[in-house]
Amino acid sequence: MSLLDLLALDFMQRAMLAALLTGLAAPAIGTFLVQRRLALLGDGIGHVAVTGVALGLLTGTSPTWTAVVVAILGAVAIEVIREQGHTNGDVALALLFYGGLAGGVLVTGLAGQGAASLQAYLFGSVTSISGADVWFTLGLAVVVLAVTLGLLPQLFAVASDPDFAQVAGVRVRAYNLLVAVLAAVTVTVAMRTVGLLLVSALMVVPVAASQQLARSFRATIVGAMAVGGGAAVAGLLISAALSLLPSRPTVAPGPAIVLLALAMFAATWPLGVWLRHRRRVLAPFAAEEPVRHEPADIHPHQHGDDCGHPAVQHGDHVDYVHDGHRHAPHGEHYDEH
Amino acid sequence: MLNVLGTPVVEADRVTVAIAGRPVLRGVDVTIREGEFVALLGANGSGKSTLVRALTGLRPLTSGRVRLFGTPLHDFREHARIGFVPQRATAAGGVPASVREVVASGRLTRRTPLRPASRADRRAVQDALELVGLADRAHEGVSTLSGGQQQRVLIARALAGDPELFFLDEPTAGVDLPNQQALAGALRTLSERGATVVLVAHELGPMEPLVDRAVVMRDGRVAYDGAPLSLDAVHGHHHPFETTHDHAPHVGSPLDRLEGGR
Repeated sequence: MSLLDLLALDFMQRAMLAALLTGLAAPAIGTFLVQRRLALLGDGIGHVAVTGVALGLLTGTSPTWTAVVVAILGAVAIEVIREQGHTNGDVALALLFYGGLAGGVLVTGLAGQGAASLQAYLFGSVTSISGADVWFTLGLAVVVLAVTLGLLPQLFAVASDPDFAQVAGVRVRAYNLLVAVLAAVTVTVAMRTVGLLLVSALMVVPVAASQQLARSFRATIVGAMAVGGGAAVAGLLISAALSLLPSRPTVAPGPAIVLLALAMFAATWPLGVWLRHRRRVLAPFAAEEPVRHEPADIHPHQHGDDCGHPAVQHGDHVDYVHDGHRHAPHGEHYDEH
Repeated sequence: MLNVLGTPVVEADRVTVAIAGRPVLRGVDVTIREGEFVALLGANGSGKSTLVRALTGLRPLTSGRVRLFGTPLHDFREHARIGFVPQRATAAGGVPASVREVVASGRLTRRTPLRPASRADRRAVQDALELVGLADRAHEGVSTLSGGQQQRVLIARALAGDPELFFLDEPTAGVDLPNQQALAGALRTLSERGATVVLVAHELGPMEPLVDRAVVMRDGRVAYDGAPLSLDAVHGHHHPFETTHDHAPHVGSPLDRLEGGR
């Protein structure tokens, strides 16, 4: 069977649609988490959701629904603990990480199921996505996208400066809870494609990649959604393609998606470093007169547009930055500025 | 202007605030009238920032009452009339944001959720950027600006909502002199337009000529309330104060000095 044959299959098409929506929704909400410096919140929720999945396996109800409920409860608990400030945010997260994971494994054991049945939820599994799951994913992802993009100005204000937002009449607590609930929903949406243990990566890594190049919040969130959507679809295809190899390996889509997103970060990071360096080097000097007229030492080099030395605006002229000196053309010679 | 007969804009009546059981403000009575430019001065820990947080509703009162524009704080909903510049070292967060985006969030007091920004909203943001002299940096990332420029961004954000009453919590802390002068210029324009300004500061620097009333806090109480004291009146001799930029509270809390400092 070729990759094209595989793509023609119903379950593969369903999976692609689910992956695309997940890849768009997760970074959209992740941008606000990164802005609030809560990048690992998604991971905490993911661990709590493991218990939800296990409860579903134990009670025979759909693990997706129990995971949604438990993830939302966990997210609200994290938000409340964080807001009350009784425990440091990171310690509160850690408590839920370990409680959720241990509870999940324990309850799965009680349900008489081994680690294998959890595996599909921990790392994602394309083949396990049913038609109903896709509708579920589609609905939730659309809700997450509509709310995050629709309320972007409010969410941005709350995430960047809660005190200011509060005085401006924005209901900070309500919006923070909204972000927590949306993050929980996103985690469960992404559970089937990337898996609970890697879902946070899809919320954070595309943002990290996007913010290397972006200068505005809007550009960051749009770029992150592009990276996330692209990585999710391409990662899914890679894992499908790998399963066609003669040795028939089973590569879960989650790791492929996350590694692809990381590769995009690795690609944008040097570019971001270079852009930031360039911006810093070329930032104009304060438009102040030099302390005194001081001609540069004997200077055989002719500065110009393409001479290789950064030309930096200084008042009404440019200074050429040259081995720690600032050389400004002055008649036949250069001045030290 | 010192406005003895003007309409009260901020009324604090025996305001007491306790943080984690420790009283930080004790029985503070302050009335600020329309158009006044009030400097809240005092040493670290004197309660001046806490007072501003109590007046803006960020800090619950243990007892006492606050009224803004005649309305009890609890029932006050006209958020657009207030511009707040919180005490922050930076305007940047974990994700890049452009100067314009940060300033635009100040317009939220006048915007309805889920509606796009109107032309009036965009013009207000542009005007605010021009007033603080950062219109040419609108598209740059906030984090690439200097600390003083970032403070100007935060002031522009408060300006964008066209408020009548400004609370500024130490906007000049750690800001170099040229940026302090730019800040003072923006505040002068505001004050001339009739806005009421409540400014928390350690040291007034270039803002000094703007201040027409000083409220000096000490240990959670109002220690002095009246016309700003000139340097000579406090020290009895001249201090070359333009060159001092440390945080020792000399101009900030003259009475502390008179009584032997902190």
